[in-house]
Amino acid sequence: MLQQSPFFQLYLSRLREFFRQPARIFWVYGFPTLLAVVLGYAFQSRPPALVAVDVVAGPGVDALRNAVEAHNTKAAGSTGGPAASAPIILDVRPEAEALNRLRTGKTPLVVQPGEGSNVSYRYDPTRPESAAAREAVNDLVQRAAGRSDPVATQDVLVTEPGSRYIDFLIPGLIGLNAMGGGLWGVGFFLVNLRIGKLLKCYVATPMPRRDFLGAILAARLTFLTPDLAVLLALGLFAFQMPIRGGLWLVVLIDVVGALAFAGLGLLIACRAATTETVSGLMNLIMMPMWLLSGVFFSSDRFPAAVQPLIQALPLTQLVGGLRLVILEGAGLGHEGVLRALAILAAWAVGTFWLALKWFKWT
Amino acid sequence: MTADSNGPAIRVRSLRKEYPGRDARVIAVDGIDLEIRRGECFGLLGPNGAGKTTTVEILEGLNRPTSGEVEVLGLSWDREPNAIRERIGVTLQETRFPEKETIRELLTVFRSFYRHGLSVDDAIARVSLETKADALFEHLSGGQQQRVAVAVGLIGDPEILFLDEPTTGLDPQSRRQLWDVVLDLKSRGRTVLLTTHYMDEAERLCDRVAVIDRGKIIALGSPADLIARLGGEHVIEFALADGEPVDPAAFAALDSVLAARAEADGYSLTVGEPHRALPALLDALEDLGRPLARLTTRHVSLEDVFVALTGRHLRDDQEPEADAGGRGRRRRKAGRR
Repeated sequence: MLQQSPFFQLYLSRLREFFRQPARIFWVYGFPTLLAVVLGYAFQSRPPALVAVDVVAGPGVDALRNAVEAHNTKAAGSTGGPAASAPIILDVRPEAEALNRLRTGKTPLVVQPGEGSNVSYRYDPTRPESAAAREAVNDLVQRAAGRSDPVATQDVLVTEPGSRYIDFLIPGLIGLNAMGGGLWGVGFFLVNLRIGKLLKCYVATPMPRRDFLGAILAARLTFLTPDLAVLLALGLFAFQMPIRGGLWLVVLIDVVGALAFAGLGLLIACRAATTETVSGLMNLIMMPMWLLSGVFFSSDRFPAAVQPLIQALPLTQLVGGLRLVILEGAGLGHEGVLRALAILAAWAVGTFWLALKWFKWT
Repeated sequence: MTADSNGPAIRVRSLRKEYPGRDARVIAVDGIDLEIRRGECFGLLGPNGAGKTTTVEILEGLNRPTSGEVEVLGLSWDREPNAIRERIGVTLQETRFPEKETIRELLTVFRSFYRHGLSVDDAIARVSLETKADALFEHLSGGQQQRVAVAVGLIGDPEILFLDEPTTGLDPQSRRQLWDVVLDLKSRGRTVLLTTHYMDEAERLCDRVAVIDRGKIIALGSPADLIARLGGEHVIEFALADGEPVDPAAFAALDSVLAARAEADGYSLTVGEPHRALPALLDALEDLGRPLARLTTRHVSLEDVFVALTGRHLRDDQEPEADAGGRGRRRRKAGRR
């Protein structure tokens, strides 16, 4: 029965072709794991970094140094849990040298204690660490000079799983894998069949064409399972990433996303007849999404003018949807989840429709 | 079977195929009429770019004609494409089958496309690859890979098998093994349509051949017929020691010589009886005072037919491409790593 089913035979053939190539298995499963481990380690949560600033040598330096020492003693004293305020290190240098270091980005801030109670700060306000250093130094200077804060404040420190970089990264990598799988596993694969004349060889037989495409899609979804499992397991067991929403919903979003990218892959493969063409088209599609879709850093950082474009990209929606469910525990009824599913489904339907219309079999 | 079972296997009428070119339309097939009988092995012969592959692809349903009629087993590609596909087998030039599949797996996949056909083991036996049945495709030699391609064409037990340049780039031993596959098929009464630019292949395998040049059939008949049309059965080829070129017409009048041509590196005479022509030639050269540098005689081949019809050698435009194809087959493995 299955022996004589073109769909099943083509599906098996696709699985064999994939699992017998160790290099491909590495790129699909090994590489994202490696990436997650390396980036997860590099961006792991650490105690607040030291604030090191340059001070221009001059009359007010000693007063400043005393104030900093008092601050550092206090910061070191608050044991148990991460410190609320970071220790500050002063680096006294001649003015010209300090300014040169600021210009070349070696120090975030140059403090110049002036005559009397006059202090000037030189820094680039577009550098976040410069602005933070200015606040930290100014804060202790003002307190040392006797400033009293009229409002009592309390710092409640939150560093828990779910808000770290690795938690942000893993859904991004899952999305990236779905994109790579669709474009390589469907687009590049089909173009290779065309180049090798195998596509022609298939259509010269009575093979049902829907079985052929169905088998490729079924294989794609099959490869997705270990794909998703490896990254989720890595997050769960190696980094204690929480999965706050339903696992079924994670799978559903990933499947709809994978279909959208399979459709894009098919669209690329419509006419392309050389490796160069298909590689160019794949880069054209993947590069913007690598950069804009919020895989490695939040896409909110891009200007508002391009946000509608970014939100329309399938990878943005896939990664965003996955983060909502995994990290925020959103359910199917959540507006963001529904929007992600709708946009991904629209991509899937649209690309398949166009691809099947334009596909060149011979 | 159907009412058409006594008609020709393939019937083609005023077939034309044009492609849009850069300057003008390129005419690949320029009005071909053809009838291929059931059970015969028919050869389409011609240099690369003559229109052989385009013609065959139209017959295989892989390409659409610009105009003209095509009937395969009495059926039309427009009306019953799948009925035709069930009953034909196709072997393309240099198909890149999945490298990581065994022959048995590959043929099992293709077998599933047909309602009726050979068993996988039978198909493997037809191309004598029993010992390689469980070897991965990438581990086969070029000749074995080509035989797998033929087995793929045979798996549906087709009434017509199309073979597009099945032996291009193969070594002599692999070519002979493929010829045996075709001869076996002929003995089973199946129709074979083969394109080739090897004249010896056509003479060995084909009941009839059509010589195609620039999209037109310029000769049609059995290899023996076409050769007989030259009038003589032998060719004397010779070259002269250094000196002025001689007008070949000087040799045309010699005893038993039917035609004389100057070649790039000497002269070629078509002769009826070499035992009469040779002494006459030697005498004539003696009179001219020109010693021989080389002298060979051989039987007339289809190659000579082609030269007589077109004034060109098949190899003139064939060699660079055929050569590249042969190396491409071997290079391709290295290139994909």
